[in-house]
Amino acid sequence: MEKKTKEEYVHPLLEVKDLSVSFRMYDTGLEQYDLKVISNLNIDVKQGEIVAVAGSSGSGKSLLAHAVMGLLPENAATTGEMYYKGMPLIQKEKEQLRGKEIALVPQSVAYLDPSMRVGTQVLGEKPDQRKRKEQKEVFSRLHLEEHVERLYPFQLSGGMARRVLVSTALISGADLIIADEPTPGLDLEMAVEALTCFREMADEGKAVILITHDIDLAFHVADRVAVFYAGTTVEIAPSKDFREGPEALRHPYSKALWRALPQNGFVPIPGFQPYAKALPKGCLFAPRCPNRTEECEKPIPMQELRGGTVRCIHAT
Amino acid sequence: MRLEAKNVSFRYNERSPWILREVTVTVEEGERVGLIGPSGYGKSTLLRLMGGYLKPASGEILLDGKPLEKKGISPVQLIYQHPEKAINPRWKMKKVLEESGMFREEVMEALGIEKEWLGRYPRELSGGELQRFCVARSLFQGTHFLLADEMSTMLDVITQAQIWNLMVKEVQERNIGLLMVTHNKALAKKVCTRCIDLREQGGR
Amino acid sequence: MKSRTGRFSVNRRTRTILTLILIFAFLFGIYLAGTIMSDELIQADFSQKGLKPSWEHPFGTDLLGRDMLVRTIKGLSISIVVGTVASSVSAVIALFVGVAAATGSSRLDHFINWLIDLVMGIPHTVLLILISFACGKGLRGVLIGVAVTHWTGLARLIRSEVLQIRSQQYIEVSRRLGHNSRWITIHHILPHMIPQFLIGLILMFPHAIMHESSLTFLGFGLSPEQPAIGIILSESMKYLSTGMWWLAFFPGLMLVIVVLLFDRLGENLKKIVDPYSAHE
Repeated sequence: MEKKTKEEYVHPLLEVKDLSVSFRMYDTGLEQYDLKVISNLNIDVKQGEIVAVAGSSGSGKSLLAHAVMGLLPENAATTGEMYYKGMPLIQKEKEQLRGKEIALVPQSVAYLDPSMRVGTQVLGEKPDQRKRKEQKEVFSRLHLEEHVERLYPFQLSGGMARRVLVSTALISGADLIIADEPTPGLDLEMAVEALTCFREMADEGKAVILITHDIDLAFHVADRVAVFYAGTTVEIAPSKDFREGPEALRHPYSKALWRALPQNGFVPIPGFQPYAKALPKGCLFAPRCPNRTEECEKPIPMQELRGGTVRCIHAT
Repeated sequence: MRLEAKNVSFRYNERSPWILREVTVTVEEGERVGLIGPSGYGKSTLLRLMGGYLKPASGEILLDGKPLEKKGISPVQLIYQHPEKAINPRWKMKKVLEESGMFREEVMEALGIEKEWLGRYPRELSGGELQRFCVARSLFQGTHFLLADEMSTMLDVITQAQIWNLMVKEVQERNIGLLMVTHNKALAKKVCTRCIDLREQGGR
Repeated sequence: MKSRTGRFSVNRRTRTILTLILIFAFLFGIYLAGTIMSDELIQADFSQKGLKPSWEHPFGTDLLGRDMLVRTIKGLSISIVVGTVASSVSAVIALFVGVAAATGSSRLDHFINWLIDLVMGIPHTVLLILISFACGKGLRGVLIGVAVTHWTGLARLIRSEVLQIRSQQYIEVSRRLGHNSRWITIHHILPHMIPQFLIGLILMFPHAIMHESSLTFLGFGLSPEQPAIGIILSESMKYLSTGMWWLAFFPGLMLVIVVLLFDRLGENLKKIVDPYSAHE
């Protein structure tokens, strides 16, 4: 991956178009139904860029990561297209790429092998001198003391484990890093340090998808922010729009997110994200939206607006 | 009423290092106190001690000058970070709410719990919805202090604002004392009447 | 997922339940057949003695001219009864002991662990023979023998499950909401044990049946008048060298089939009560 052709910079490294995922579930008896957890989701990430994915739990954030990595369970049915470096991404390739070119920073320590020392695990198979040096560097950057290498996962505290997981992806040398909630449990200083690491990775030409609900941290390190709601993308905007405030944002949900932050008024909108079993027709946000009209019951496409994209017909 | 930790020290056993040392914290009725500071200073441990979930190695936990009762329904209740772990996955939500046996319907309304959720199992609700149940369960008749351990860290910001707004209102109305742990300084500033940094206390 | 469009496609849970019902029906059928068939069908008839398998006597006849098919079914029927009773008793013991170990004092826990090690440490068959012999052999001896030797594995499993659940946060909450140990055990812990208990119970069946047969085979179990599988097999040993292979082959095969079916029953049940089976 040392030499990059020009083409690779033109194409987004990863592009997801109209992804839908549904799970086949059993109802109380023998009846089965399809639970649509992701509908018409779009996202793309270029080299040298961090795209933060923001949204509440149940908005499909983690599932996106699993879909890209090919880790969805058997009962999941997916439609839509995924491209990696301009090539269609299918299950077989995902399996080949994961861990090598695409790395995941998982949500929990449960993903570490409990019987293997942390150091060995982080280095992966056949570590060379360069990798070892890199590992030492990353560890000290993340304030992991040297003896941590020799510990087993169960001996790590929550925050330490989180940092070990982050370091794994940083050392792996992958081109695309998907970080699934890397910050909860870390205090501010550590969280910022971990995110700075991702920023530097991106500046070196890697692409990072940062899944998080710590949105105030996210829009300080990310280049763009994708806002998810009820399993779909409602807005993709440059992070500076989020720093500026609701006037710069496009979708009413993004504006609501901004206003609910403790530092920005702490004012929540009422209502709840719809349950995947009972999704509304058309715009998924309509039931909570102040601007809804009858038009909102039709399918809503993503549209370009002021340097971002938004899934709302009333956005200006 | 007043809940206090007086010169409390704690470690898991005689060989392990001290997690808390000679810490004194007082929370008055109607007060909202934030515990801030980096991880590793025993914030969560202090909360568990003050709720009577752990026994201090030395020092005492006093409620109105008397040691906390070990048995019976406790006037000091703790709310955890992960609501899905604090609720029995095999129970319907109605049973969860009524576990204290002293549940009042108006709490449900105050916390925005929909009637329809009561018939569901925990796995059919989101984290934010479950956390409302945990709060509601703890706010029975006779709750005087609430301890919140990073209770909104796993929630999205809208749900976080919804829950805290409702909770602050409820706590104010009933003159309940609140002690919360958080990493989010902005949140603490919005919710609390005062903040304590354990680094200035006798933490590690 | 792939065969969803097919007209006869049945989802996995339906298939599992159908298998479950079929196996259950088969086993219950054998039990019923065994109890309903009159003993006259296995009266000695020397004109028919030692016949090879034929359409009239699919399993052949023995040296007293008794039909081997009827004897086998009657034997299996007894085996199933012994298996049911002994494993139910055993599973209930396991539940009590396991819960007691996990919720009681650490002294009780140590004692129970020691007891489990003790029972597991002595060779199974030896212990079975001793207990069955001491209780006067026969049906009662076998039942007691099998019941008091089979609970250990399940008890250990239940103990660790209970310990795991007791460390959950919702148990802590329950305690601070004023509930005592007994209330928590009944309302929080026992409901979690039901699937473990049922699966443990059914997977104990094959063991119980095998041990009953081997005990009887060795002459420490059911009395020779009863048409038990163990008796049939031990009788047939004498005639194997004379070339009367069917005396041992069919009853033995049927015993293996019944044992395997019970095993399948347990495995299928496991799939259904598994909380993750809602996803397919």
